Amino acid sequence: MSMFVWFCGLLLSLLLCPLLSGLICKLKGIFVGCPGPSVWQPYYDIIKLLRKGSVYSQTTTWVLPLAPLISLAAMLCAMLFLPFAFVDSPLAFEGDVIVFFYFLAGARVISVLAAMDTGSSFAGMGASREMQFSSLAELGMFCILAFLVMTTGNFSMSGLLNGAGILIWSYSGTALLLVIIAFFILLLSENCRVPIDDPDTHLELTMIHEAMVLDYGGPDLGIIHYTAALKLWLFTSICSLIIVPAGLFSGFSGLLLFILAQFLLGVLVAIVEGTAARFRFLKVPQFLLAVPGLTIIAIIMLLLFK
Amino acid sequence: MAEQFLILRNPGAAPLSELPILPFDEFRSQALAAIIGRKARVVAFFAYAHGAAQRLLLILASDQEGKLLLSSSEIEGAFESFTPSSAQFHWFEREIYEQHGIMPKGHPWLKPIRFDSPGSNADEPGVCEYFRLAGEAAHEVAVGPVHAGVIEPGHFRFQCVGEQVYFLEISLGYQHRGIEKMLRQGPDKKSLHLMETCCGDSSCAYSGAYAHLLESLQEDLCPTERTQVMRMIAWELERLANHTGDMGALANDVAFRPTMAYCGRIRGEFLNMTAELCGNRFGRGLIRPGGMGYDINDAIVAKLLPWLQASGKELRNALELLFSRAGVLDRFENTGTVDSKTAANIGMVGIAARASAQKQDLRSYHPYGWYRENPYEAAWAESGDVYARALIRYEEIKKSLAMLEPALKKLPPAEKNAATPPLSLQPKHIAVSMTEAWRGELCLCAITDEQGRFEQFKIVDPSFHNWYALAMALRGEQISNFPLCNKSFNLSYCGHDL
Repeated sequence: MSMFVWFCGLLLSLLLCPLLSGLICKLKGIFVGCPGPSVWQPYYDIIKLLRKGSVYSQTTTWVLPLAPLISLAAMLCAMLFLPFAFVDSPLAFEGDVIVFFYFLAGARVISVLAAMDTGSSFAGMGASREMQFSSLAELGMFCILAFLVMTTGNFSMSGLLNGAGILIWSYSGTALLLVIIAFFILLLSENCRVPIDDPDTHLELTMIHEAMVLDYGGPDLGIIHYTAALKLWLFTSICSLIIVPAGLFSGFSGLLLFILAQFLLGVLVAIVEGTAARFRFLKVPQFLLAVPGLTIIAIIMLLLFK
Repeated sequence: MAEQFLILRNPGAAPLSELPILPFDEFRSQALAAIIGRKARVVAFFAYAHGAAQRLLLILASDQEGKLLLSSSEIEGAFESFTPSSAQFHWFEREIYEQHGIMPKGHPWLKPIRFDSPGSNADEPGVCEYFRLAGEAAHEVAVGPVHAGVIEPGHFRFQCVGEQVYFLEISLGYQHRGIEKMLRQGPDKKSLHLMETCCGDSSCAYSGAYAHLLESLQEDLCPTERTQVMRMIAWELERLANHTGDMGALANDVAFRPTMAYCGRIRGEFLNMTAELCGNRFGRGLIRPGGMGYDINDAIVAKLLPWLQASGKELRNALELLFSRAGVLDRFENTGTVDSKTAANIGMVGIAARASAQKQDLRSYHPYGWYRENPYEAAWAESGDVYARALIRYEEIKKSLAMLEPALKKLPPAEKNAATPPLSLQPKHIAVSMTEAWRGELCLCAITDEQGRFEQFKIVDPSFHNWYALAMALRGEQISNFPLCNKSFNLSYCGHDL
């Protein structure tokens, strides 16, 4: 039964992830006083792109067309380790956190390589920015992992995210809150959201992630859009699994709560995007270094009050 | 040595015989003395063929005295460049070299600006030698001429180390249409249309300057008081629309969506108000030499007043929101700074100059039309950054709104005036007319022949002075801040290229 719920969670994740992006766009529209695009727009876009043909620059190699597929595959593999709907993943094993994050890192490496492959100065600039900021984000990510490992004593994604239980809020609620804020910053940064990046800009010189995919069109771009939606869903999943203690809900009520939490986080992202201005680049590293900062404070609190 | 200038007020005309033709050395030293002493700045500097001779004509503006100083000199094939002594001449001398093949000897950076010179080997726009930064860490980013947004073509080359820009080189000329040439032998039926399309977003400023130019060349072309007020309404609506659009675009560039969305819509309201006056959103056909193309009746006034008040209120709200956000201010402040010394040295004009502590606004210092009777106090700021340029726009929006409402309420009564007399300009005259377009100083200069036709017609768009300022603003700036800096100037490509 629980395996079935996990499988439903995975399937719904794959189906609903563009809807989350659509919801954010819709809410952003409402924030600025216009109706905004339909929440189904990302689906239309992806379907439209998949039906198109592709054009490749003659200076590129096989890396360019292969990168979106590898990225998508890596993202899908990483997804399999998540405990959807608070049910441990059937693939979980002790130490799979490392596998999980290497899948994410692998997706990034191949997209950076593809960006360099184009030889365009915009893509190169985007790749350099992406690597600079993600190396800082990685530091924060592993601090958060350390915190979760300390609270749960577990080394698998399922164990880390599901093992905390309701008790953690009672004995280290403040610490957990700091970690959630820290993770939310990471979520914004990894998914190229305001205030770090601007997913809607058309100005190549200010782009980070978008600059890397400027040379793509057609099905490749459709896959890239889908992968981006999947990545956002993956990060909101981790965030909601950290927030909601496991064991409170199980079965289909757990699944319902899981999906609901995803969309609530989407609303939060939309609020940030609709009201904040983007940082200048020099400020982004400071913002990203807040993540390990907050997490280390949380770890100290944990050690003091455990 | 007494100063020998022909002195005009804006707009003004004088017989060509009164224009002093000096020996070149005297011409040069007299001009440089006025400029380096900060008594005057360059408004226009161009060459023209007068019979077999080549003449240089220099127009300076003295802002303190509200006077235009004109002087000229005859040369043969070459002259000693002014640029090493004053950078204000830099772009003008490049233009002279390109158009006439007259060599400014000692010019440090002689390159084509529009890639349209019959005699030289320049061919395609943008194809030329560029300044290069050498070194392992240096890299070059080329942007344009085709851009991502729906904007005009222009080529930008950045020499960077990492994210930092060391040098930006701007290469234009893609929009060159040869308007100055087409205007020669005018005025004819096409002239007014050509003026209005020099730079589409400043149509009213151009047609107004053109009207003033002809009115100064023909005495019986005399605008009524009502015409003066209506022209001011057209100019200020144009300024409002463009400033509003720019504020929205600035908000967009820092990803601050609410103000972007509201300003985009409100800009349309101001354009539609202009359309209410004459049927065209950019005010084409509204201003004509000697009068107006359309009259404002009571029904239009009754419609415009509440509309203007409502839009003005919404606009203030949207802009207050923008200026109250710490995140936005952090992006605007200390970004793309041009200090006041640089601004004066390179001869910046308009909002960008006023943001760099240059007190110059033609409406205040060289008043024309309506502004002669209604003194205008120029807005200015000191910091010279994106914030200052945004702030000047906001201040001017408030001032324009404050001018428009009383003007609409108290329009002078329509006079039963006779039909506009046919055009017959005074022969052998030189006339200069300047208006403060929303970007800055716009200068038109015409020289008429024996039949009263344009023998020479010179247009200096505000962007012509300011493109180099954008390059200066980018020095040492982060390359990711370029779109923001660019938008804070929002210069015209076609106005520059003509």
